[in-house]
Amino acid sequence: MPLDARIPSGPLTEKWDRYRSEVRLVNPANKRRYRIIVVGSGLAGGAAAATLAELGYRVDCFCFQDSPRRAHSIAAQGGINAAKNYQNDGDSVYRLFYDTIKGGDFRSREANVYRLAQLSTGIIDQCVAMGVPFAREYGGQLTNRSFGGALVSRTFYARGQTGQQLLLGVYAALSRQIAQGAVRMHPRTEMQELVVADGRARGIVTRDLATGEIASFAGDAVVLATGGYGPVYYLSTNAMGSNVTATYRAHKKGALFANPCFTQIHPTCIPVSGDYQSKLTLMSESLRNDGRIWVPKRAGDKRPPGQIPEAERDYYLERMYPTYGNLAARDVSSRAAKRMCDEGRGVGESGLGVYLDFADAIRRLGEDVIRQRYGNLFDMYERITGENAYRVPMRIFPAVHYTMGGLWVDYDLMSNLPGLFVLGEANFSDHGANRLGASALMQGLADGYFIAPYTIGNYLAGERPGAADAGRPQFRQAEADAKERIRRLLSVGGERSVTSFHRELGHLVWDHCGMSRSRRGLEKALGLIPALREEFWESVKVPGGDRELNPELEKACRMSDFLELAELMCHDALAREESCGCHLRDEYQTAEGEAKRNDEDFCFVSAWEHNPSGGKPVLHREALHFETVHLAERSYK
Amino acid sequence: MHLTLRVWRQKDPRVRGDFVTYEARDVSPDMSFLEMLDVVNERLIQGGGDPIAFDHDCREGICGMCSLVINGVAHGPERGTTVCQLHMRKFRDGDTITVEPWRARAFPVVKDLVVDRSAFDRVIQAGGFVSANVGSAPDGNAILIPREAAERAMDAAACIGCGACVASCPNGSAMLFVAAKVSHLAHLPQGGPERAQRVLGMVRQMDLEGFGNCTNHAECEAVCPKEISVSHIAKLNREYIRAAVAGG
Repeated sequence: MPLDARIPSGPLTEKWDRYRSEVRLVNPANKRRYRIIVVGSGLAGGAAAATLAELGYRVDCFCFQDSPRRAHSIAAQGGINAAKNYQNDGDSVYRLFYDTIKGGDFRSREANVYRLAQLSTGIIDQCVAMGVPFAREYGGQLTNRSFGGALVSRTFYARGQTGQQLLLGVYAALSRQIAQGAVRMHPRTEMQELVVADGRARGIVTRDLATGEIASFAGDAVVLATGGYGPVYYLSTNAMGSNVTATYRAHKKGALFANPCFTQIHPTCIPVSGDYQSKLTLMSESLRNDGRIWVPKRAGDKRPPGQIPEAERDYYLERMYPTYGNLAARDVSSRAAKRMCDEGRGVGESGLGVYLDFADAIRRLGEDVIRQRYGNLFDMYERITGENAYRVPMRIFPAVHYTMGGLWVDYDLMSNLPGLFVLGEANFSDHGANRLGASALMQGLADGYFIAPYTIGNYLAGERPGAADAGRPQFRQAEADAKERIRRLLSVGGERSVTSFHRELGHLVWDHCGMSRSRRGLEKALGLIPALREEFWESVKVPGGDRELNPELEKACRMSDFLELAELMCHDALAREESCGCHLRDEYQTAEGEAKRNDEDFCFVSAWEHNPSGGKPVLHREALHFETVHLAERSYK
Repeated sequence: MHLTLRVWRQKDPRVRGDFVTYEARDVSPDMSFLEMLDVVNERLIQGGGDPIAFDHDCREGICGMCSLVINGVAHGPERGTTVCQLHMRKFRDGDTITVEPWRARAFPVVKDLVVDRSAFDRVIQAGGFVSANVGSAPDGNAILIPREAAERAMDAAACIGCGACVASCPNGSAMLFVAAKVSHLAHLPQGGPERAQRVLGMVRQMDLEGFGNCTNHAECEAVCPKEISVSHIAKLNREYIRAAVAGG
């Protein structure tokens, strides 16, 4: 299958402008004759639904939560990057582009990333206009903070609740369109199947989570903005409901899944406290601006932190990466923490943690300044751990946070299935092998507010409106498939709960396809995962029925997809015989444990095609061509 | 810890619910309240029972989905904390804990501890936005906002829409929720052009949904997980009078 990203010609800096000038437009009077399905109501989906409705299209928007305001974008704390250069510290569109490409370890598309950096400034303007209360200077101007992986201060924020405030902006815009009747909102509704007819995405089949009703919705285009799949690891910083179902089921209908093994492990999370743990809590990376990370120099040193003298502490990030120090990129920091713990120098009861110490910052700036900057994070830490981080250092450990992989899309954010658009974390497009801090919000809003409204118009301009019709046999078939899966899950009648399978799968994926991967481990996982999947279908126990609110059934449906996705991730990790970004293969590293990238053989996007016969998925490669950037060794030293 | 739970069970909106008692044994003080319920549910499933339905998602206190009344207090005993962030170390071994859904006319029960809060969405749809189409925005720094105003707007904007204010109010009033949105936008110049119709529209919808009125109990502020002050309700009242007198 030839993979054409359909990148516009011309110099990098002019591609998007040229695209906008040449893109096909839909006659304004015709727009209302097109119906667009948007699955997901977070920054990407909510913004796309609202903006498409503003343009005059009719939109159906779906979310599994009880309200679109609860999409998981809401949990992002730290901020959103934009190349405004308000701080006069040398930032530019090019620099944000370069930092993002470098942060992604040269495994993303130049054209997409440059467009993202270009659009970043307009995002801030739009959010301000909608009333997002960003932090301000005394003169009334917007203020910024710095973030990991960057030497300029370009991150806009609203206390520690930036994602929430941006999402509430999107939700407000969406609410306005709902009130006008331009968007039909379907909360507590989960996509079950993508419907493909004549080789095009024509609609979806959904389940109403409160009543269990299975229904069909036809659309002239389908947009998936359903977020990431971090909970394949069971424990992650994602919401409990975050899942891969929409994108995975589209994958099974022919959409390619790109770079599934690229999963980001965030360095600053609260360590695990017990087996009952259901999720991990992220502490914003902005804490690394003022906190110093250390472990005892001596392995097995179990003294309380206050009793370990300065000379016996190892501020290992400052030692190993003097330029970036505690602000080294996420994967670099995460792996360094793992190495410290592997050496027996981890702290806390489990030994799986490192200190993030604010004592110096408090001495330098005073406790009030620290409280003003991070007060809500310190409060959150205390609520969860019962410890006061103004007095004792925080304990942190890496946790799964974001998935760079997702459905393959071209420059238009359209998958290889015509009419299927994929936005935000659900696609693979902009972050390569690792994502910079404060860039997820930027991408979600760029995709939803500024890119999809143009590119979907470009697609629709070539399509007759109303070609999708929910009366077609493909919809009946998809409904029957959805009902059959649910019937099977409810009729297994086994002994084990969904959660017990989920926990076991999570351990497997974390051990073998987590912070570091090896051929041996991945091959082992590729044996264990299908066996676990088989056991799931033979002995899972799903109580209740299908015509009611049944959270266990919802979990079981999602779990059935995680059990397949996990295998795909391991295939991907095994095939990528190099270390890059978040993906560290034990076999491909330097003597000092630094990642060894292989540009000669692996400078491509892996796009996997589902094999309906159940065999190994088929790998397609999209070669990455760097015309502007020189492929450098990514160093934060 | 060993605990006794009295949990509200209700099959669907049409039938009557009742309290059912469960023993929760071997609870770790480091568990969150919802993790404790997870454990109870796991045991119910193992024993062939019907697990307790409750709403939750982010489990870090920001999505606003979790919604339990614990011993008569919305979100439980810890101030400024959603129930997903409440930990069992706040309880004592041997405690009996009563767990109920939000109770308000405008929030009908869907199942067990899950309620329908779509009334909040309709209140926002009645005006809780700035009409600014994508593409029309001036430069972010073209709109100067004094830091103090931005901070006060943010205080109000912190609302997570959980509905604890309604659940705790003897009148089932949504005034704190409505006030938070009105106050957020009234503190910012961007909210200016639609200021009057916003407050009138939202208050009208609030009444239509069956929420009660404010009689200054301030229970809402006491349970608000984001500690939003009732002074915003005063702001809402001022905004409402201003708009009503000016003729909207």
